Amino acid sequence: MKTFPVGGVHPPENKITAGTAIKHLPLPASVAIPVSQHIGEPAVVEVNKGDTVKTGQVIARSKGFVSTNIHSSVSGKVSKIDTILDSTGFRQTAVFIDTEGDEWLETIDRTDSIPAGIKFSSEEIIKKCLESGIVGLGGATFPSHVKLTVPAGKRCDTLIINGAECEPYLTSDHRLMLEKAREILIGTSILMKALKVNKALIGIENNKPDAISQLSGLAKEFQGITVHSLKVKYPQGAEKQLIKALINREVPSGRLPLDVNAVVHNVGTAFAVYEAVQKNKPLFERVVTITGRSVLNPGNYFVRTGTPVRSLIEAAGGLPEDTGKVISGGPMMGKAIPNIDVPVVKGTSGIVLIPRNESERTVIRPCIRCAKCVAACALNLEPYLLMALSEKNEFERAERERITDCMECGSCSYTCPAGRPLLDYIRLGKAIVIKMARKRMSN
Amino acid sequence: MNNLLNVSLSPHIHGKETTQKLMLGVVTALIPAFFTSVFFFGYGALIVTTVSVASCLLFEYFIAKYVLKTSITITDGSAVVTGLLLAFNLPSNIPVLIIVIGSFISIAVAKMTFGGLGNNPFNPALVGRVFMLISFPVQMTSWPVPAGFDTGYTDAVTGATPLAIIKEGLKNGEPISQLMSQIPTPAQMFLGEMGGSMGEVAAAALLLGFVWLLFRKIITWHIPATIVVTIFIFTGILWAINPEKYANPQFHILAGGVLLGAIFMATDYVTSPMNLKAMLLYGFGIGMLTVVIRIWGAYPEGVSFAILIMNAFVPLMNAYIKPKRFGEVVKNG
Repeated sequence: MKTFPVGGVHPPENKITAGTAIKHLPLPASVAIPVSQHIGEPAVVEVNKGDTVKTGQVIARSKGFVSTNIHSSVSGKVSKIDTILDSTGFRQTAVFIDTEGDEWLETIDRTDSIPAGIKFSSEEIIKKCLESGIVGLGGATFPSHVKLTVPAGKRCDTLIINGAECEPYLTSDHRLMLEKAREILIGTSILMKALKVNKALIGIENNKPDAISQLSGLAKEFQGITVHSLKVKYPQGAEKQLIKALINREVPSGRLPLDVNAVVHNVGTAFAVYEAVQKNKPLFERVVTITGRSVLNPGNYFVRTGTPVRSLIEAAGGLPEDTGKVISGGPMMGKAIPNIDVPVVKGTSGIVLIPRNESERTVIRPCIRCAKCVAACALNLEPYLLMALSEKNEFERAERERITDCMECGSCSYTCPAGRPLLDYIRLGKAIVIKMARKRMSN
Repeated sequence: MNNLLNVSLSPHIHGKETTQKLMLGVVTALIPAFFTSVFFFGYGALIVTTVSVASCLLFEYFIAKYVLKTSITITDGSAVVTGLLLAFNLPSNIPVLIIVIGSFISIAVAKMTFGGLGNNPFNPALVGRVFMLISFPVQMTSWPVPAGFDTGYTDAVTGATPLAIIKEGLKNGEPISQLMSQIPTPAQMFLGEMGGSMGEVAAAALLLGFVWLLFRKIITWHIPATIVVTIFIFTGILWAINPEKYANPQFHILAGGVLLGAIFMATDYVTSPMNLKAMLLYGFGIGMLTVVIRIWGAYPEGVSFAILIMNAFVPLMNAYIKPKRFGEVVKNG
């Protein structure tokens, strides 16, 4: 069984919604679509208050290379352009639209056909990704057209499709692989064509045997695509860990997958690329898991971007009485959101409701030097040391101990028997070390 | 407003392990050895264990409350573990007052002086034990002959440990083949029917505890295995060179405190290294030093000293022996 070689933890899976088919969430009365749902420059708003927009219409256009388009997810009238608190806790510009009917752009193919033939060249596919606002749907939301553009001097020979879904609770990728397997495989072929590679590996954790058999059965019809089962171990879905597990290449510290000639895309992204290229449908909806142990009707939904998290929670039977924390994303790396009026965005893979008694941190006890954090670190760093160095403001040493390698997977804090906030301090130290390094570069 | 949402940083879930549960796991692992020591040494073993654990807890409580004026930490279980391990390193006929003094050294000097749990450089139980060995050499080296509940307490009939028999015999010029008739059979040694510290005698019980520690993922195999393998190979080589001058390797593993030390003392979280590479070196060092002390040193037994000496190198090892970082490679592919 393939897996990454060092570290990792086994949090309880809690995949409550694994058997629940994806439904369409009823359209909300209004949406608030943020202009920055991706890493990079926010898009520039193109509509004005009072404008009538159609579903799928561009409402904000990309600015610069690392940026992408934002589309309207509903049809209706722009009520205002204002700021809104997003899932990161910051205010940002959003286009507010009051829903009227659901009139899609005529160019979008809404039939049930699943066209497999790819009519476009590599450049055309990349352009389509930008136009359709495709970003990495695993959570990082890096604009896909950037990732597909192999810079001069670099070479790519392998595409990896990430279906690990190693975060507890989340099942959006799992359901998508079951229900849209053919679309994902066509999307994978499109990505292969864009990258000009003839080999693609789909990695799936083996707690999803149905998805593995579904995809590997269909993959026989597609040239160059193979499906691989991976050991269940967090963070199996981390880009560098996945590359190591599947093709045994180790991305050097501080470098990108392309440095080992590989590119990783999420299964959700492959599906979005399929829709954008074959059906002309921009990215304005995605699968979101709404779950939690106290949730009445947990499930998986196709949700339009800009839909308030509140609507999703209502569809799942309302906010449980005991809710102490609402997480956008998974419980290991997701963000706790400040209120439930935060809009669902391209990167929202799930909403997890955590009961109050589980939402509070435990008492911080002294480090007993058990080395469990060192054993848990998938990058073989020493979290106890990095925390101590951050606490003592010894940032030069922290840099030498490679604090910037940390991907913030949270395995160290998860595993610490003394309940120490290792990752909090590492984040702090990492931010300061990065700032120091930038300053050094500019001098 | 008690319905405000909590917005702390990720990760939002935490594993089930706590300091207290880990310590409880170690206590559980010591239960088989405790029962065998009571089985062989009778109520003396009960008294020594009770006094040792109780005085360790009391010293930690009073020091935290009245000297350091910090929160009371005795519920974390670490003082119980120290108390048990100290008792296991003592003969079962040791007078109460000496145990109390040893506990004081363990907790007050070796642990709390440095700031309590997590900060002590040396294994507290071993510091206490070695202090007692040097201060009360007679009481610390009179070993009751195992006779179950007939052993008695301070009135127990005493005899030498297998290691002492060999050491003394060799000093008097007797060859190993003659000395072997005076020491217990390997089966007796494996089950614990021999003189020695009350917790170290039964290899079988200690190995049972080891299995539990591994199963509960409290420790990894690295430190105990390297110590035992190092001792086995080193003494094996010496034995191969001259079997009349050096005892066989099985004897060295089963006699004395090798297993208790390797499984329970050297693996003490606080005083052992933080990564696997360093753990292997640490274990190797303990194994080598143990053999050197046993064979060429003044004491018949060297496990305690070996562990304490290697404890001193742990900060150095943590600073200079680093795990191979992920991505620390030349470009490949």
